[in-house]
Amino acid sequence: MSEQPILQVSGLKKHFRLGRGSTLKAVDGLSFAVRRGETFGLVGESGCGKSTAGRTIIRLYEATEGEVLFDGENVHRLKGSKLQSFRRKMQMVFQDPYASLNPRMTVGNIIAEGIDIHGLYTGKQRRERVHELLRAVGLNEEHAGRFPHEFSGGQRQRIGIARALAIEPQFIIADEPISALDVSVQAQVVNLFKKLQREHGLTYLFIAHDLAMVRHISDRIGVMYLGKLVEVTASEALYAKPLHPYTQSLLSAIPIPDPALERTRERIILEGEIPSPLNPPSGCPFRTRCPKAMPECAAAMPELKEAGPEHYVACHLY
Amino acid sequence: MNEPILEVSDLKVSFRTYAGEVQAVRGVSFQLNKGEVLAIVGESGCGKSVTAQTIMRLIPTPPSVIKGGSIRFNNKEITRLTDKEMEKVRGSEMGMIFQDPMTSLNPTMSVGRQITEGLIKHQGMGRRAASSRAVEMLKLVGISNPEGRMNQYPHELSGGMRQRVMIAIALACNPKLLIADEPTTALDVTIQAQIIELMKKLSEQMDSSIIIITHDLGVVADMAQRVIVMYAGKVVEQGTVDELYYDPRHPYTWGLLRSVPRLDSSREEELVPIPGTPPDLFAPPAGCAFADRCAYAMEACFAADPEPTRLTRTHSAACWLLHPDAPKVERPVLTGGAAR
Repeated sequence: MSEQPILQVSGLKKHFRLGRGSTLKAVDGLSFAVRRGETFGLVGESGCGKSTAGRTIIRLYEATEGEVLFDGENVHRLKGSKLQSFRRKMQMVFQDPYASLNPRMTVGNIIAEGIDIHGLYTGKQRRERVHELLRAVGLNEEHAGRFPHEFSGGQRQRIGIARALAIEPQFIIADEPISALDVSVQAQVVNLFKKLQREHGLTYLFIAHDLAMVRHISDRIGVMYLGKLVEVTASEALYAKPLHPYTQSLLSAIPIPDPALERTRERIILEGEIPSPLNPPSGCPFRTRCPKAMPECAAAMPELKEAGPEHYVACHLY
Repeated sequence: MNEPILEVSDLKVSFRTYAGEVQAVRGVSFQLNKGEVLAIVGESGCGKSVTAQTIMRLIPTPPSVIKGGSIRFNNKEITRLTDKEMEKVRGSEMGMIFQDPMTSLNPTMSVGRQITEGLIKHQGMGRRAASSRAVEMLKLVGISNPEGRMNQYPHELSGGMRQRVMIAIALACNPKLLIADEPTTALDVTIQAQIIELMKKLSEQMDSSIIIITHDLGVVADMAQRVIVMYAGKVVEQGTVDELYYDPRHPYTWGLLRSVPRLDSSREEELVPIPGTPPDLFAPPAGCAFADRCAYAMEACFAADPEPTRLTRTHSAACWLLHPDAPKVERPVLTGGAAR
């Protein structure tokens, strides 16, 4: 690994003050790097802080602590024109295709909003760019004059992707971009993400809870639990040899569409639910549900350390 | 065991709207045996929820109209029951679990009252007996400190807990039929695994039959014995899980199986989406509703709708490719079970 990663997150924390002295530690010390041209998947169950992490990285939220280096520059220190040029390089696709498009704007104006803000094209060129983008995401030119409510969920997600692509970013954060879609449509959108990556050399941070889909699209995966990364490795290795007990139970909880296999499969069923992030357990956050918890797990949070080649895990077992 | 508890035949349900009549369910037939778990799969808008809610008569008329067909449940013709009679059936012989545990519990009633309500009304239990039965149910669905939970309100519980409460309500009266409409879709996978395990265990213990509606083919493989695939208000294929996953015959079933990644498949395998979108049910096509999106569509497909072809005692599919005169097509490699 000689090349510098495009995104380097180190010790990132995002805490929300809730008043009366309580603090919600949504993201609590996240460190990972994303290489140019790869897809990094961030998975975890609801409330684990994966969306907050994405939003803090793109600076929709200010970080409480830690830093995010994009192309070697600290995102949370940028100001003025430098911030503006960062915004051109990193874009986001949101989960809910119904709520993330302005219902009063035409699709053409939604897609071109970034182009206008950054003053990239005007007039005929702008129109041509919008048409080009619509074609790139599998819609057609006539759609530019319509409004979001005229489109299905899958089509709206394509519009959201076209909007993110409009200003030619290098990096796209996709926050649960397919969870709201039907299965057959999910495949369409995932294939579109893959095609655009090949054509434009994009780097993705793909946030989702569907491990099968994340594994399908990602080169490397980080697994989060209660604001912390518990395991990071190549997606093949994560499935073939999960090390963290949480990853193991997460993988075994996912049913596979194969009845004969399901009949014989052993499932690790976790007890209980995710503890409240307002009052997380001491030490390792997973210890309250972990089938392999030891006394030392309550004492200290294990560091993320290399347990195999390119395979990082935060667990006292390793 | 092959005693049917529910027989739906040629059920047709429409909705009258200002824009016209939506034919949501267009002739659905199937049966459910005692103690069996049947899954209904299909994309949103294919009529799976409407079918289930019509079985429980939960959709108000108007706007919905049962245009034809029959639903025989436990020797009763559901379509002919009065609302009053239906209320009795619903509380004591059928139970339903909804997708969204956030909105389907009453926020102003304690958990205990919501469980005992049905027991007092339908089983004629006294308050005390109902209350102890409710505690027993909460224990059964794996809620810790059940006595304390009785007095709590839904907002005090997590999503998984609420779904457990809903299961407790649905099962409190020992129903013969439990309909679960996307019971785990709103839940995290580790909680989903808990709930599936719970439903399997309870149906065995109580000998209830289950209809589970889902779009997750993994959940189907895990829970069901038989599967119905619905498309545009019709059953396009049905069979045992093994028949459906290892020997699917309808191109739509192939499409469903090919569009989901498997956790244990090679990452290089391309997902094959089904192109296009389902037809408009205001004016369903004259031929096969899937023809427009089907890679194997022939002239006949656009002209007439195929009848189900019986393949085995349990397996049937409605596709012109199964006609003796149809050209033989090679089934594509499926990411589902048939890939192996």
